Amino acid sequence: MADAMTATPAARFAGGAATISDLGPVGMVTLRADLADPAVAEALSAQGFALPGLRRFAGAPGSGAGWFSPDELLLVTEYGRAPGLATALSEGLAGRHALAVNVSDARAMFRIEGRGARGLIAKGAPVDLSPAAFGPGDLRRTRLGQVACAFWMGEDEAFSLVCFRSLGAHVFAWLRAGAALPTPPGF
Amino acid sequence: MTAHRLNSGGRLIDRSKPVRFRFDGAELQGFAGDTLASALLANGKTLLGRSFKYHRPRGLVAAGVEEPNALMTVGEGPRATPNERATMVPLRDGLTAQSQNRWPSLEFDVGAINAAIASVAPVFPAGFYYKTFIFPRVAWKHLYEPVIRRAAGLGRAPEGPDPDAYEHSYAFADILVIGAGPAGLAAARAAAERGARVLLVEQAPAPGGRLLVEADVTVDGLPGAEWAAREAAALAAMANVTILTRTEGAGLYDHGYALLEERRDEAPVRRLWRVRAKRIVVATGAIERPLTFANNDLPGVMLAGAVRDYLALWGVAPGREVVVFTNNDDGYRTALAAHAAGLSVKAVVDPRAEAAGALPEAARAAGLRVMTGMVVAKASGGKALRSVLVARAFEGRLGAGREEIGCDLLAMSGGWSPAVHLFSHTGGKLRWDDDQAMFRPAPERAAPIGPDGEVNTFVAGTADGYLGTAEALADAVEDGARAAAGAGFDGPAPTAPAVEEAGSEPLKPLWFSPGPGKYAHGTKHFLDYQNDVTAADVELAAREGYESVEHAKRYTTLGMATDQGKLSNVNGLAVLAGTLGAQIPAVGTTTFRPPWTPLSFGAVVGLEAGERFKPVRRTPIQDWHEANHAEFEPVGDWRRPFCYRPGGEGREAAVKREVMAVRNGVGILDASTLGKILVKGPDAGRFLDMLYTNVMSSLKPGACRYGLMCNENGFLFDDGVVARLSEDEFLCHTTTGGADRVHGWMEEWLQTEWPELKVYVANLTEQFAQIAVAGPKAREVLAALTDMELSAEAFPFLRLKEGEMAGVPVRVFRISFSGELSYEIAAPAHRGRALWDALLKAGAAHGITPYGTEALHVLRAEKGYIMIGDETDGTVTPQDLGLSWAVSKKKADFIGKRAQERSFLTAPDRWRLVGLEVLDPSKRLPDGAYAAADGAAERPELIGRVTSSYMSPTLGRPIALGLVRHGPERMGEVIDFPVAKGEVMKARIVDPVFYDREGVRLNG
Repeated sequence: MADAMTATPAARFAGGAATISDLGPVGMVTLRADLADPAVAEALSAQGFALPGLRRFAGAPGSGAGWFSPDELLLVTEYGRAPGLATALSEGLAGRHALAVNVSDARAMFRIEGRGARGLIAKGAPVDLSPAAFGPGDLRRTRLGQVACAFWMGEDEAFSLVCFRSLGAHVFAWLRAGAALPTPPGF
Repeated sequence: MTAHRLNSGGRLIDRSKPVRFRFDGAELQGFAGDTLASALLANGKTLLGRSFKYHRPRGLVAAGVEEPNALMTVGEGPRATPNERATMVPLRDGLTAQSQNRWPSLEFDVGAINAAIASVAPVFPAGFYYKTFIFPRVAWKHLYEPVIRRAAGLGRAPEGPDPDAYEHSYAFADILVIGAGPAGLAAARAAAERGARVLLVEQAPAPGGRLLVEADVTVDGLPGAEWAAREAAALAAMANVTILTRTEGAGLYDHGYALLEERRDEAPVRRLWRVRAKRIVVATGAIERPLTFANNDLPGVMLAGAVRDYLALWGVAPGREVVVFTNNDDGYRTALAAHAAGLSVKAVVDPRAEAAGALPEAARAAGLRVMTGMVVAKASGGKALRSVLVARAFEGRLGAGREEIGCDLLAMSGGWSPAVHLFSHTGGKLRWDDDQAMFRPAPERAAPIGPDGEVNTFVAGTADGYLGTAEALADAVEDGARAAAGAGFDGPAPTAPAVEEAGSEPLKPLWFSPGPGKYAHGTKHFLDYQNDVTAADVELAAREGYESVEHAKRYTTLGMATDQGKLSNVNGLAVLAGTLGAQIPAVGTTTFRPPWTPLSFGAVVGLEAGERFKPVRRTPIQDWHEANHAEFEPVGDWRRPFCYRPGGEGREAAVKREVMAVRNGVGILDASTLGKILVKGPDAGRFLDMLYTNVMSSLKPGACRYGLMCNENGFLFDDGVVARLSEDEFLCHTTTGGADRVHGWMEEWLQTEWPELKVYVANLTEQFAQIAVAGPKAREVLAALTDMELSAEAFPFLRLKEGEMAGVPVRVFRISFSGELSYEIAAPAHRGRALWDALLKAGAAHGITPYGTEALHVLRAEKGYIMIGDETDGTVTPQDLGLSWAVSKKKADFIGKRAQERSFLTAPDRWRLVGLEVLDPSKRLPDGAYAAADGAAERPELIGRVTSSYMSPTLGRPIALGLVRHGPERMGEVIDFPVAKGEVMKARIVDPVFYDREGVRLNG
């Protein structure tokens, strides 16, 4: 799949306070199901995923499950694995009402790291990003400036941020502009 | 160094750091720590602007945020910022400032002729605009408005894009404290000691408020300023406290949401803070009121507190010979401060019969002349104050014993008004305090409520009506602790710091100081300096029946300038009440609304300027379009190629070329923007039967069907092809602009109306790049890239297949919006560009031609296919469009069914879809043109309109679609389209399908 190309291939910007990089093609699967049904946790577990708690991301940033709504998860894996993962989950939940679909190409994903990463995202997302309120494993589905986004934090305190693919160039330009300015006090 | 800079004093300035700046072209010098206002004053610049209507000379009145006159354009070229209050601009090296509202110059101003005339008769009385500029109407645009705009108005908008950076920042706090004067510091400390996360903001460059100025106040045994510095340092050292200076509380909104604006010297030059706080403490202090006497707007007439500020903070004497005019004890502080600074205090004029408080006594003890029972009746001077007329006042008239006192500075104090604005923004109510003659917060009447249903905003200190430092601090620590408790931080009750301060005797309200002779009527008693509203204007408004404060305000424009009446509200209200013979609280007060002071547009826009202003969605193939001469048009948030113009080809020629390529060869279109929504579940078919007008549940897996969606009112709002992927999975295509709306529509019905349906939906619009390959040679192009079976028998119209094309996994739909043999190929978006390139390469031998939305529209119109947004406008039903075949008669229900049975929607005289063929084929019908029953009639009866109109390259003549009353019953008749004065186009009603009515090509 050498020809798979993200919205902002290889985009990278190292600002004073944060570095932003396009993560390249990433596998993503939307799962909609009754998350309280034990069969869902089982089907996830069979594929190596844990069920995340409310507004949490369970797993490593590049491989894990994010809580997206009371009946929706976003699973993150390698790009090549996503179609198979969607099929496997559908099979694992056969007979139950559930939807598992490959959405790897629907989004752009960026990594945002550095001292000022929290302050940078706080320039556009109405989320309390102070360390006391938001830490590793936390996830928010919210907006950045004018557009929808979701982000979660890894153990290294770097953010993974997804937005719709068509807005990848806009979001990268936005993050770059924000990262070129100093971090606001309080972070 | 200059006439007005004192040799000592000036808490905020650093005399070792001179700063050079320019004002109206002249190079001047100040010190680090100066404001533009203090530096101008130090340089003897007392004439700083011309007034709005009368172009009267104006100088500084205040030292802070309430300054009405000294509005400057700061900076040059694209960085010029108009209407900056000089009092709020920190001086910096190289700063340039221009005075405003003067022409040709500040010293000689043509508009001042207005003022000269006005000395005889009022030229712009209240209601002037309404009364004068009514007739003739045409004069408004060409005569009145340009002249008024030139004569009045504030600074000019800068030219060119602003090169400075701005941003927003979201912040969260347990407690937001607005104002870092004594009350703000004390409240913040009380809350922070309990562990609450505190955000403390101050609009000035340094915390401390009036404690930095007042010489007679000690707190905890320290001089006020030292105590403030100690508290600020203690707070700054706490990990749970963030302090922002030069940051004003601009607005408070529901549920603890606050807007703050931070001003900075470096990028970002403004930062708009959007704060969510559990509790808010408003500690914004109070604003001193001017006194209303004749010529009270002369440069040299200032607020008494401001005079103290200039002396204490910047070591600047606003004048050398001072008269103080005060109706309260606080004004005596100015007399004492001026005296201590070595100025000549000529008199303290006090309308009260007696002044025996500690401060007046101190003034007497210092040998100052105190004139009780007297008023300043009039100020005299040209561009600067020369003298004041002091007289005894008796029942609103001047008495005997008049005396002209020479002075170049009059310090006035009419009492203080708490800055209740922010409390008021979210519905906090006020009450009138008769003893102190001021409105103060009345939380017992109404106070802002947080999401927990509890009061979430507390007003502390002077802003709460506690003018004495001791009572203000006691109020503030209590509010700080209460706010902390409300946010979940309990602790022992804090104790207020001990305060020593001179006591104050009650003030005596003085709302209008009688003037001599022609000044008796108040035409020179200014209430609102910015809008040039006088006491006479307010009286006139009352006499003309504008008795409500809201009406009087709008009629006179009192309080409607950029300062929003910070100095004039209460004075104007009192004059209105006096004229009406009513009490002030009975007349009421106007409601304060955000922002506290004008916000800069840059701060409002934040990062979203330039390329980031409007997020534009890009398809996976956008780069190719941009590199290949596409001319774009906005469709939803996308920019789709309208047509491609290689080599600067004309637009019409390009569209014609693209259409003919699809008809005769093969075209390729980026259709990625179409909505694609996956609907899955055991009830998916049932669900779609309710959403679409036709039956979807009967669709076989692998088959496609065109469907229509109506709203509850029966009107068509979206259309598209539905493909059944498997037994319980459907993929619904929507229009480009409708994708998000349809997705939201589906979720809304599932979540709110039919939660029992087992259906999940997922918006896959962005997952797939979609490419249409259309034209007689389409099959040949695809065949070169795939081993999928493409023959008409194996892959007929309205079927879908999955497979691989050019090595990319694809889903191919045999659907057509052009009437030609056509395939739409969906590929994972990341690989869409690769597939596009492969198709172009494979199609090169067949002359494959990329086409844009205009060719798409022409192709569909030739086939009589409707377009949502062209043939529909939210009031059109499927039946109107001849689409009854796609509206099920068998289904028990679907959204819009009942509405479509209502008499109005079944009426035979509804405008319905027809084709239109102009009799003169040299001219196309204009889009949107109306059909008239009789085109020659003076006021024609409208019977239809054009919904789409194109030059058809296929047919070599214009074609049009339109909605016409009884249209389908009038086939062959000719109707009138009056398109311009005296010009009527005639068109024949024809079948809307202009090309290949049998659909032979489509099924090819």
